[in-house]
Amino acid sequence: MKPVKKRIGLIVNPIAGIGGRVGLKGSDGREALRKARELGGKPESPKRAKEALLRMASIKHELDILTYPHEMGEDEARECGFEPIVIGSIKKGETTSEDTKSAARDMAEARVDALLFAGGDGTARDIYDAIGGRLPVIGIPAGVKIHSAVFAINAQSAGDLVMMFLREPAELWEAEVMDVDEEAFRRGLLSTKLYGYLKIPYQDRLFQGPKRGSIAGERSSMNGIAEYFAEEIEDDYLYIVGPGTTTRAIHERLGLPKTLLGVDVIRDRQIVASDVNENQILRLVCDKKAKILVTPIGGQGFIFGRGNQQISPDVIKKVGKEHVIVVATGHKMASLGGRPLLVDTGDDETDDMLSGYIRVITGYRQELVYRVGLGKCF
Amino acid sequence: MRNERSLLKQNYHAAAWNEPIIMQMGRKGERGILVPEAEEEIKEVVGDVLSRIPTDLRRTEPPKLPEISQPQVVRHFLRLSQMCLGTDLNIDIGQGTCTMKYSPKVNEYLARLPDISELHPLQDEETVQGILEIIYKFAGFLSEISGMDKFTFQPGGGAQAIYTNACIIRAYHAARGESQRDEIITTLFSHPADAATPATAGFKVITLMPDENGYPDLEALKAAVSKRTAGMMITNPEDTGIYNPRVREYVDIVHEAGGLCSYDQANANGILGICRAKEAGFDMCHFNLHKTFSSPHGCSGPGCGAVGVRDYLEKFLPVPVVEFDGEKYHIVYERPFSIGKVRSFLGNIPVVLRAYAWVMSLGPDGIRDVAEVSVINNNYLAKKLSQVSGIGMSYPKAKCRLDQIRYSWEQLRRETGVGTEDVRRRVVDFGVQSYFESHHPWVVPEPFTPEPTETYSKDDIDEYAEILRYISQEAYVSPDTVKNAPHKSTITRIDERILNDPKKWAMTWRAYLNKRHSWDSQGQ
Repeated sequence: MKPVKKRIGLIVNPIAGIGGRVGLKGSDGREALRKARELGGKPESPKRAKEALLRMASIKHELDILTYPHEMGEDEARECGFEPIVIGSIKKGETTSEDTKSAARDMAEARVDALLFAGGDGTARDIYDAIGGRLPVIGIPAGVKIHSAVFAINAQSAGDLVMMFLREPAELWEAEVMDVDEEAFRRGLLSTKLYGYLKIPYQDRLFQGPKRGSIAGERSSMNGIAEYFAEEIEDDYLYIVGPGTTTRAIHERLGLPKTLLGVDVIRDRQIVASDVNENQILRLVCDKKAKILVTPIGGQGFIFGRGNQQISPDVIKKVGKEHVIVVATGHKMASLGGRPLLVDTGDDETDDMLSGYIRVITGYRQELVYRVGLGKCF
Repeated sequence: MRNERSLLKQNYHAAAWNEPIIMQMGRKGERGILVPEAEEEIKEVVGDVLSRIPTDLRRTEPPKLPEISQPQVVRHFLRLSQMCLGTDLNIDIGQGTCTMKYSPKVNEYLARLPDISELHPLQDEETVQGILEIIYKFAGFLSEISGMDKFTFQPGGGAQAIYTNACIIRAYHAARGESQRDEIITTLFSHPADAATPATAGFKVITLMPDENGYPDLEALKAAVSKRTAGMMITNPEDTGIYNPRVREYVDIVHEAGGLCSYDQANANGILGICRAKEAGFDMCHFNLHKTFSSPHGCSGPGCGAVGVRDYLEKFLPVPVVEFDGEKYHIVYERPFSIGKVRSFLGNIPVVLRAYAWVMSLGPDGIRDVAEVSVINNNYLAKKLSQVSGIGMSYPKAKCRLDQIRYSWEQLRRETGVGTEDVRRRVVDFGVQSYFESHHPWVVPEPFTPEPTETYSKDDIDEYAEILRYISQEAYVSPDTVKNAPHKSTITRIDERILNDPKKWAMTWRAYLNKRHSWDSQGQ
């Protein structure tokens, strides 16, 4: 029989955030972890997880928490007065990303109603690798790297989100999972890559920003953007289309498939090439007229340099700033809270060219004039 | 000395009649009025009227109207009225941007005189010289107040007035052979109708975001103007209550680019008699007579959005216009450049009459007092609310706050989990309306926007501030009391998410029945 109580899975990545205060760029990998410990780093995640759990204290008898042993959730839950159902096994003090993955798989297997996890981008990515979009997730931001859009604004908000999720059914929404692009990292560039999408319960204010909106409103904005684009699209131009759910909506409107995580090229309303890399783009553009269509990726508002690096400085310079089209729903723009859109292409000249003001299409014949800043420091 | 007593109406409880919808009341065959059979002589004179209705226009079955007795009807609507909080019943400070003020009853009496209520718009102008004089003279008052040269009262509300201005901008550029100008610039904190109505008129809409102090981003405006700029349509003070003292610079940038500037003065309460659209460089403006000029809002009408333009735009105004030849007033339709009609005839005349009477009763000094008192009231409320835990002011560095302020409960939400929607539901337990939060999008987190117009006394403002103080305290001590509010109202809670879901809307009873049928079959 189906349990009457709702069940929430809890995963704490016990080392998330350890590198932050000591100046490391994350705690993925044993070497980084050792270094962080040596430098006296302390994980943020147990504290953040407890902040979220305490927020849920008033309903602790109305839900069951399913979690992994010791520092992966059990300790935090008990300290906050919950009596969790503990599953799985770990080597205490020596957990790795494999433990996060198996915990996520076990919880999906146990069919929890939602998965609450404390960690950073690496944790989100592990969960994505393990279970994809099988469960609604709510991220407690506790890591050094928080580029993904699956995290609540803060730990308390994550707790509030669970409360709301239990109180009334929520619609689910795709949110980006981003992490450091290791390939680029090895080449000495710090840059993030779009890995995929996890499903989050739609509650705009606690997830992405302060604007009240709705999932229906969000879809209708995307449809408006797509309709507008379909009207304005010019023949004879190559359109280099970056990743994202908003650009996917445009492809859907044109009846074309979209590589959600990659760059596609279209011309005369037809696909010319799918999932292209920088060289392929440069070869296609050659001396043809081209435009670039991008949408901000991740929670920080990057339009270039995060998740769409295939559209390289050379491509951008060739196409020209006047042919860069940015699309984003008004909700997404409002969620930036007044911060500028960001560019970090890896080339100062290109970044300077793109900075200043740019038009952003936010709906059917609706545009914003918005500031673009340099994203190097992020 | 006044009796020392709590400012809060602790024992308040709204009427909760649990009244059904009238379509669900009564019984088949029940009647409120039995219409007597016409007498034979009348029948003979009139003849068979029904046979003149074409058969394809005739109903085959009678409309499904409620069938219900007269006492039940009276009881039903009185009960409904008891379950509503109107501006005459509560301290309506919470409805910021709406400019809720007292509508003097004597003006209502004037508007209901048969001399007004029995006028017909198709009467010969010879027989309506009196009301034409009032319309003409009131336009003169508004010209004095705004600096615009000519007014029309045809639009039935603020959004329709802004739409009228968008149409005038379109006609102006078309007349100059510049129809490629298809972009209207507005700001995020202008009223949403400044974006929505030009879109309806066929323009693209370019929105400027606020800068870090809440002013529209001037550099963004410079980047936005081009040969495609048709105009700029904005409010000032904006929704946040922030007045942009450099507005003239913005107007000049748009003018240099060849665009027109339209000033949305729906709510002009903070600047009435102090500064004018003309001196700020605007080409056109509008006032909501049902806001600033004290005619009642009347639950979405009848209202009036008075549109005023400079002399070079006069010829585009909607028809008809009222002209005076020195002896007589005329209703003039022959105007070849007119945008046509946005509504029929001369507009909602009783609204114009009330506004005329209101201005006449105040005079120029009284008009200025309205603005000054509303600004003083707003600053007094701001002072009181600065002492309430959990409230912050949006853009605290912006100095020029006039008649309203957008506040934020963000701190309260962070510290207690109680947000603006919770407080909004809780205030009704103290006998005031749920308040206005913000237009969309919510750039200011957990917003609310009170507007204590000149109507409200110090006692009223103290009471309102006390309600918010009490609820804030409650949020820190027993947040669930606020989260589960209201406790003393007609209805408890509604699921506001359905507001965004067209599948859950029903504009008519029939639509409701159809949609309910499909919900049932989907097992919802």
